[in-house]
Amino acid sequence: MELFGVAVTLLALFGGFGVLIGLLFGFFGMGGSFLVTPALMVMGYETDVAVASGLAFVFATSVIATLKHRDLGQVDYKLGVLMIAGTTAGIEVGKIGLHWLQELGLADTVVSVIYVALLGGIGVFITYTATRGGGGDGISHDADAEREGDLDDADIPDIAKKIQSYRVPPMMSLRGGISVSLWLILAVAFATGLLSGFLGVGGGFIRMPALFYLIGVPVPVAVGTDLFEIVFSGGIGSFLYAIDGAVELSIVVPLLAGSALGARLGAAATDLVDEDEIKVYFGVMLLLGALAVAIRKVGEFADIPVLQTVSLVVILGAAALVSGAVVVSSVRALRSETGYTARTAD
Amino acid sequence: MFGLESAAGVDGAALVIGVVLVEALVLYVGYGYLERLVGPRLVAALRGDS
Repeated sequence: MELFGVAVTLLALFGGFGVLIGLLFGFFGMGGSFLVTPALMVMGYETDVAVASGLAFVFATSVIATLKHRDLGQVDYKLGVLMIAGTTAGIEVGKIGLHWLQELGLADTVVSVIYVALLGGIGVFITYTATRGGGGDGISHDADAEREGDLDDADIPDIAKKIQSYRVPPMMSLRGGISVSLWLILAVAFATGLLSGFLGVGGGFIRMPALFYLIGVPVPVAVGTDLFEIVFSGGIGSFLYAIDGAVELSIVVPLLAGSALGARLGAAATDLVDEDEIKVYFGVMLLLGALAVAIRKVGEFADIPVLQTVSLVVILGAAALVSGAVVVSSVRALRSETGYTARTAD
Repeated sequence: MFGLESAAGVDGAALVIGVVLVEALVLYVGYGYLERLVGPRLVAALRGDS
């Protein structure tokens, strides 16, 4: 059975995966988009199609998230425009690099290795901080979570103060009374744009900490500006790939439909469940994501087709595991009178 | 999908990205309405109030 020329089972698979991804994004404020591209690669899509469709998905989810932030005054437009300029250049270089590697037949291997390193590295960090009980990377994309944010009392990290002390002209004045070199902003933007163009991710999981730790932007403004920037970088990136016909709507449309629903459920769950209770699952999920990409590559090298299936089961199972933990914890909290907090529609 | 399989080039890319953007806006409005409509009843059902 087909719908719009696409098998219904495939639409349901992407829709269901989208719900899982959205739940994770809505709850943790990160972690959705950079599972999509490796999942598509594991499913056997060409690298450029996986990257392009991942970018288009990132673009759409950031449009929705930015709409939630628009009235909260959490966007530094000057910083955002500068970030767009640097990121666009980075995306173009990343795209050229990916196509060059694709011509050499190395794109899949290189992208897979970088994904294993990134997912594995971040997974180890989050699991480590969660098991130690640390706050770790608690920077959220969620508008509701940031509504009562610390815009006024956000402390500038020491490393940001040190970096801001190097006054390489021209200096730019940003919200929060920050003055930072234009070149630093462009360097951060270019580096994250390179990742976006090369890996098909929004880059927010690197850019937000970079804005906070390196430039010293208050966390709520870093979140809002990052989302504003991703709308443009994701849009430009997916547009550049779409010119080559690499954006696959049969992937993006159902994935986004599921993700937007899951994101609302995940955001609602933040009122019920303490993120730190589940963060260790999130870290393990990223590690399993890295493992899935590695298993697929081993399967290709050793010519063991069954490892492709194992890899797909691992990556979908990992997302289902953590999403399930969020849902179960939320329902438990709802059913215990003490854990319940009335939530109104946003 | 939607007959856009062969959409490439600048015009095709604009069409594809436009479809994605429109879907995002429709989903934002549609799911927001759905949440207000069904959310409280769903929460009550999960709490076992009904």
